[in-house]
Amino acid sequence: MPVDSRSGTRIWRRRTSRAQLGLWFGWLLLVALFVFCWRVMTEDTLWPFVLDAPRQAGDVLSRAVPPKWSYIDVLWRPLWDTLNIATLGTLLAIVAAVPVGFLAARNTTPSTRFVRPLALLVIVSSRSINALIWALLLVAILGPGLLAGIIAIALRSIGFIAKLLYEAIEEIDAKQVEAITATGAPASTVVAYGIVPQIMPAFAGISVFRWDINIRESTILGLVGAGGIGLQLDASLNTLAWPQVSLILLLIFATVVLSEWVSARVRHAII
Amino acid sequence: MSARAWSAPPLIASPRLRYALYAGTLIYLVLAIGTLEVNWARLAEGLQRGAKFVYAFFNPNFGSRWEEILQGMQESLTMTLTATVVGIMISVPVGLGAARNIAPLWIYYPCRALVAVSRSLQEVIIAILFVVMVGFGPFAGFLTISFATIGFLAKLLAEDIESIDPGQVEAIRATGASWSQLVNYGVQPQVMPRLIGLCLYRLDINFRESAVIGIVGAGGIGATLNTAMDRYEYDVAAAIMLIIIVIVMVSEYSSGFVRKWVQ
Repeated sequence: MPVDSRSGTRIWRRRTSRAQLGLWFGWLLLVALFVFCWRVMTEDTLWPFVLDAPRQAGDVLSRAVPPKWSYIDVLWRPLWDTLNIATLGTLLAIVAAVPVGFLAARNTTPSTRFVRPLALLVIVSSRSINALIWALLLVAILGPGLLAGIIAIALRSIGFIAKLLYEAIEEIDAKQVEAITATGAPASTVVAYGIVPQIMPAFAGISVFRWDINIRESTILGLVGAGGIGLQLDASLNTLAWPQVSLILLLIFATVVLSEWVSARVRHAII
Repeated sequence: MSARAWSAPPLIASPRLRYALYAGTLIYLVLAIGTLEVNWARLAEGLQRGAKFVYAFFNPNFGSRWEEILQGMQESLTMTLTATVVGIMISVPVGLGAARNIAPLWIYYPCRALVAVSRSLQEVIIAILFVVMVGFGPFAGFLTISFATIGFLAKLLAEDIESIDPGQVEAIRATGASWSQLVNYGVQPQVMPRLIGLCLYRLDINFRESAVIGIVGAGGIGATLNTAMDRYEYDVAAAIMLIIIVIVMVSEYSSGFVRKWVQ
């Protein structure tokens, strides 16, 4: 226990002087790094614009209220498209992620040396690129439209689902697998009766969770041309039609809250 | 006696609900795929471009736009770091306020409301609004990421604080400690390791986000990527994406290492 003795009395301290010094040095480094980054970042910032922000915000808000309610008739179709992008994208991702997950899990992969790193690479690449960037890419390749959005959502979700799935597979109870193997079952039966029932609840939960995230992501994919309600948002922003923008944002907000509620209910029912 | 084959119990026990779900899924799929308009001619043309892009991925061009990539990277990294630090500085008091066991109700509700608002808005939408308010550039991105960090970190911190061991807090309180001493010696040591882990994790997420919000004008590598795609310079875009993947991998690996060391 670090103790400080000052004029005969012993005072308790949490750290030794050395640890304290090290800690302060670490904080100093962090602060220096922060100040440096701040200077670099704000080099080209136009401060009058920043100081003007509250007035701008008030101005936009005054234009955006009240929302143009009649515009909602135009929005149902894009909203349906948005839901489809999220749902079909998630389904596509599930189909692709299941084999990747099994190949990446240490206890089911055919080869830890060759196949597993490959599966992990797929997972990392998919996870590190955001759906919007995938969409940007796919719109350039496939042309604007729903299909680009669906594939973008799928590509981003594969890594997420496969990662959580392989972690679930690695955590299963090995005894059940052993029991099925002991009956002389072939590998496919072992997977179907020994592994799948154990990961099914986790898998369903992961899929619904990702669907919920995908609804959120698919609302903005239209900004780069990949279909859905984001297209309308982009068009309204470009024409500075603020009453339409506020209506779209409200609709997106309602959809997100609703999908979050559905996903929470379903996950609660499963687990 | 006829041989009865055993079959595994289904995931959804009630047969009525099960078949209703199957039917509903089928109807939905037919409807959804029916309304999917796919331009096959454009798609066929796209496959060629796709091949070109795959080719570009194996021959990324780092050289010709190196200056712009460097500038974008610098914006993204500085934006990520400053926004994470500021986000953490705001999240800690908000998180303390949103923890039911140490905050009074009149602080609890506003803090929870702030967390809920920050969590339910998509980063890109926040970025659009901030770009409108403060103009193009990394400062809008900095504001966006800071705001998004609050929802994530404050919520998890509050949940952490709510599940701490009350005995230790009780012991500190019994010595006659003030509220700040209570937090400093009773709460902080219990949540600190996980908080550091969460901060590093958020740094990770923030970098990924900083690569995206540039597309709507909030600075960073996303803007560079967007320009490269607009110019159909697939090899430059591939180079940028590879850099993003490598940085994310490095930061994920090192943050995992630091988290193990802290905990």
